[in-house]
Amino acid sequence: MNSSSKNIWSWRLLTFVILFLIASSLWIATKKIDYTWRWNRIPQYFFYHAEIFENIPFDGRVLSIKTTGDVSTVVLVSEGGEKETVRVEPKNLRVSTDEDLFEGDSIGSNREWKAGPLTMGLLMTLWLSAAASFFGLIIGLVTGLCRVSKNPTLRSLSVLYIEVIRGTPLLVQIFIFYFFLGTVLDISRNVAGISALAIFAGAYVAEIIRAGIQSIPKGQSEAARSLGMSATQNMVHIVMPQALKRVLPPLAGQFISLVKDSSLVSVIAITDLTKSGREVITSTFATFEIWFTVALLYLLLTSVLSQLIAWVERRLAVSD
Amino acid sequence: MIKTVDLKKTFTGRGQTVYAVDGVSVNVSSGEVVVIIGPSGSGKSTFLRCLNGLETLTDGHILVDGIDLADRKTDLNKVRREVGMVFQQFNLFPHKKVIENIVLAQMTVRKRNRPEAEAKARELLKKVGISEKEQEYPSRLSGGQQQRVAIARALAMDPKIMLFDEPTSALDPEMVGEVLDVMKNLAREGMTMVVVTHEMGFAREVADRVLFMDQGKLVEEGTPEHFFTEPREDRTKLFLKQVL
Repeated sequence: MNSSSKNIWSWRLLTFVILFLIASSLWIATKKIDYTWRWNRIPQYFFYHAEIFENIPFDGRVLSIKTTGDVSTVVLVSEGGEKETVRVEPKNLRVSTDEDLFEGDSIGSNREWKAGPLTMGLLMTLWLSAAASFFGLIIGLVTGLCRVSKNPTLRSLSVLYIEVIRGTPLLVQIFIFYFFLGTVLDISRNVAGISALAIFAGAYVAEIIRAGIQSIPKGQSEAARSLGMSATQNMVHIVMPQALKRVLPPLAGQFISLVKDSSLVSVIAITDLTKSGREVITSTFATFEIWFTVALLYLLLTSVLSQLIAWVERRLAVSD
Repeated sequence: MIKTVDLKKTFTGRGQTVYAVDGVSVNVSSGEVVVIIGPSGSGKSTFLRCLNGLETLTDGHILVDGIDLADRKTDLNKVRREVGMVFQQFNLFPHKKVIENIVLAQMTVRKRNRPEAEAKARELLKKVGISEKEQEYPSRLSGGQQQRVAIARALAMDPKIMLFDEPTSALDPEMVGEVLDVMKNLAREGMTMVVVTHEMGFAREVADRVLFMDQGKLVEEGTPEHFFTEPREDRTKLFLKQVL
């Protein structure tokens, strides 16, 4: 082993020691306030085994019960001769053959895996961020193009939009979208939330796109125009493909921000990951564990996103 | 083919007005090779860029094949597809393979279908001597090869006139020859060419006419023999003494 790799190992060791010290001091701190960690209660808020009861829809009796393997098939017959077949798990079977039943009586139950609030919240956050990213990208592209347009009206409108959005807090924008636009235009909270996020992200994407377009050397446009291409053809075939490739890293940052900023829509009662976390805390009081879990889930989303964009970047690097 | 009448181009910046091109009247006929020389900042590149509308002219007229570029109703895109241009910095499209560089404008501007455009591209690549590079990206090519692709790209539009803006100035010395050879072939085939260059050898060998510009003005014009052996103007004599 040479000296430089020995050196690297000692630095790595130091890193681990520091991380270990931070972790153990956190652990000691929570010990001091007598906090009981209950990590075992967390998984059920992702997935839980729900018991679903099967009821008889009419007054009648049990005609027959046939159990094969894991399923009991119960045939019910009403007083009018109407037949109904119900399947339940054998061990949860609550009736026997020829038993008389009234409407709504339980025959048995099935157990089924169901997604818990944290999973639903995660999916909601994913859907909010995906929709807001998509619309934000479109808004940003259009605004970015207007920003570099020769038309003074388009230019000033886009500058105004960018300045207004960048100059006001997202939280306030979300309230305005929900309370003002939501009331005036009668839009649902989800639409209000997604629009607020998309329009917020759009302003930043527009500036990123503008920077990208302006970073492409003038010679590219000149070459395209000298071949007789129109301004639009030049934009579509020459400038934009190169600009988009260049702005991919800052765009990635913007979309990662968007995923995190989507937590703010919980204030207008959209049950995203953050709001689900708060709801779970009210029933478990496992405050520390839930917030750490929620943070980890956001981290998971954003790191998948950054890996995805890194992959696209590598794909596009072939012409370098 | 090209006629300029009292062409003026001024740039205004920081309260100063610069006369980049100051009243130049030139007539280039079909099949003629005109070489423009002059010291840097003499307006020769600006003049060339005016000819295909990359610079808007301040005053005067440019008639390309009878169409006046100064007329606001003129569709510049239509004029430009008849006027090919080769740049000092090549300006190939870096995100497209060599063949796509040549195919793109044929398809979008000339509305040719892909097989036709590719056939034309291959034929031109063969003509400029780099058939084997068609699937490469421009960044993998040497400067000389890139410039030859750029020439092929311009020729693919079947232009009536080719403009060259210092096509060899950004090249390593050993690559100048290969680009000049391509240009000489073009001239021999009867292409109308306007070339801004510092290659006096090329001017001497190929040009039908040499224009000497200084400070935006056309100082002297004449055949290469006249120009290089018995220039009239003192400014021309001084310039030639410095470059030859």
